[in-house]
Amino acid sequence: MKYFFRWLGKDLKEIGITFREGDWKTKLSFLIMGFGQLLRGQIVRGIAMLALEGGLLYFIIDFGWNYLSKILTLGTVETYKEGRKTVYGDNSFLILLYGLLTLVAVFALIYLWRLNIRQNREAELRLKRGKRLPTNGEDLASLFDKNFDKTLLALPVLGIFVFTVLPIIFMICIAFTNYDATHQPPSKLFTWTGLENFKELFGIGGQGFGGTFFYVLGWTLIWAFFATFLTYFLGMAVAIMINKKGIRLKKLWRTILVMTIAVPQFVSLLYVGKMFAVDGIVNAYLLKWGWISQAIPFWQNATYARILIIVINLWIGIPYTMLIVTGLLMNIPAELYESANIDGANPLQTFWSITLPYMLFVTGPFLLTQFIGNLNNFNVIFLLNQGNPKSMALTKNAGSTDLLVTWLYKMTINDSNYKIAAVIGIMVFIVTAVISLIVYNTMPSVKDEEGFQ
Amino acid sequence: MSRKKKISNAITYVVLILISIIWLFPFVGLVLQSFRGEYGGMVDYLVPKQFSLANYQFLFGDGSKFVRWYGNTLTIAIFVAILQTLVIICVSYALSRMRFKGRKTLMNIWLVLGMFPGFLTMICLYFLLKQLGLTQEHAVPGLILISVASSGMGYYVCKGYFDTIPKSLDEAAILDGATRAQILVKMIIPMSKPIIIYTMLVAFMAPWCDYIFASYVAFGNEEGYNVAVAMTRWVWTNDYQGYFTRFCAGGILVAIPVTILFMCLQKYYVEGVTGGAVKG
Repeated sequence: MKYFFRWLGKDLKEIGITFREGDWKTKLSFLIMGFGQLLRGQIVRGIAMLALEGGLLYFIIDFGWNYLSKILTLGTVETYKEGRKTVYGDNSFLILLYGLLTLVAVFALIYLWRLNIRQNREAELRLKRGKRLPTNGEDLASLFDKNFDKTLLALPVLGIFVFTVLPIIFMICIAFTNYDATHQPPSKLFTWTGLENFKELFGIGGQGFGGTFFYVLGWTLIWAFFATFLTYFLGMAVAIMINKKGIRLKKLWRTILVMTIAVPQFVSLLYVGKMFAVDGIVNAYLLKWGWISQAIPFWQNATYARILIIVINLWIGIPYTMLIVTGLLMNIPAELYESANIDGANPLQTFWSITLPYMLFVTGPFLLTQFIGNLNNFNVIFLLNQGNPKSMALTKNAGSTDLLVTWLYKMTINDSNYKIAAVIGIMVFIVTAVISLIVYNTMPSVKDEEGFQ
Repeated sequence: MSRKKKISNAITYVVLILISIIWLFPFVGLVLQSFRGEYGGMVDYLVPKQFSLANYQFLFGDGSKFVRWYGNTLTIAIFVAILQTLVIICVSYALSRMRFKGRKTLMNIWLVLGMFPGFLTMICLYFLLKQLGLTQEHAVPGLILISVASSGMGYYVCKGYFDTIPKSLDEAAILDGATRAQILVKMIIPMSKPIIIYTMLVAFMAPWCDYIFASYVAFGNEEGYNVAVAMTRWVWTNDYQGYFTRFCAGGILVAIPVTILFMCLQKYYVEGVTGGAVKG
């Protein structure tokens, strides 16, 4: 904070100096952006600045201000019916979304204005020292050389801003409003409610449904743990088996396993899900062989369903680990194994003291991304049994195998309970961020980015 | 070979064969069911009593829009594969090779953004697409736009690969008078064939499984479905009994081209995931 104010002070001082020492071209540029550049012959820069100022100002004044001015209340005029005609009032959704967009436009304008002033200052100083300014051609050419990064990143950054950053900010705001099925624009307004939704989520008993939340969170963590580490170790075991000396047809075994990566999950998982249904083929065979006398309700019993999901996930997940480990196994120096052999170590010992430590060290980042991917593993849960079975003990449509993300999805689609969905989304973010931070700070590798180059 | 070793190898073979059976069993079932002539959902036998092509005929007949859905998905997959790869190459090159102000900040912001669950923003994205007129029957361009727009954040694997290309090559090229753009097009891209193929392959395969967002954007309009949305509805409808074997047939038609493509490019896929796993 202190640094911010110090930086701000310095910046303001620089702006002041620019104004005092600047000639009339520079001074006019404070109002009409790009003016100085134009008069000094930097036509490309000047036109770009002028166009951006005009465009942004037009957007803010003509379009954005309408919305931005109402952002504190999110609208006050309700939609009502006048006879048969519907008279539309304020639309809270639009006010919030476009209000945020306008806010961003204002910041962009301030930033560009600052950039414009700095450019003027630099140009003036250069001319004073008797140097020449870059010509228009050079400016354009630099976009493919010195400033190539700006050309490359412009579109991706813009895309991420519009379709990721803006929606995320919007949804974070939604978490602090009462936007749900009974407050749906355009017919109804919604408004700011402060921390009300968070209280509801954590509250236990009465209005709150903290019990359900912690239940779902608990299962999400258990699931992610087992899904990550079971696949990891079993995948490693399979890879070691396939790579064992004297085993033939290595390529065939690998190809068979990789089938589950290749076939789109919605085909394979929906089919496998049906295989384990009460009237599915697994139950049918178990009955036929007389191993059981009654069909096992795999998907109706919470414990069975949870175990089964973890097991089926092995079917999907083992091949990934197998592929990665296979490549890395070759990197372990063969001398290590030879000397271990001479010392009379059995295979289990060599695995425990050579293979495993090496693997854990090298695949640390992989385990982290796997774990986080599993926290958000929508497909496996949803395609297998949609988070069911439901239970009376859980509120808000949650089922026993629901992850936070599938719950969030149900909340959005089935209940239109956007406010709580947004709160859960924020919770998922917090869980992910905390785990990543802990792991990152304890992991020795990958910190030094430049080290690889 | 010692006796002990022979036994241990024999055990390994047995385990591997068992694993293979488990891995292939569902796929064999899927293929057999798709040719089943008898009506009904899952049945208690594997080999159909009567083989027929009726399920496949249904898919291509007037009764279903399967061809349209297939076309939708294929269009999305091809466009996403090309455009997403272009975006990722641009971002990776800028982040790997150029040093500019705010580079670290940008990477950190993207890292943090990636920690938000994707479906959180679903309603907002739907609204944005609706403003552009890209929902329901026009869902296809909408889905392409969404996938491509945020693909810049998936640069990790590709940048990791670019990082391994020695920087001295760039410096030499600059001394010879090449611009940054020329270095990218004439040097880095030709040297990165494996990772570009990997990126394209992954981008191509993702739309085939996209259920969540695709179903939301299509919003119940059959024209805008992709195969995943349409066929998932078959399994979850009340008339599941009637559609199950058709689902299997459609599943086979979806799986075959994707699987063949994957098997052909397996080498590059392995290279990509291994590199990505180690560098994170």
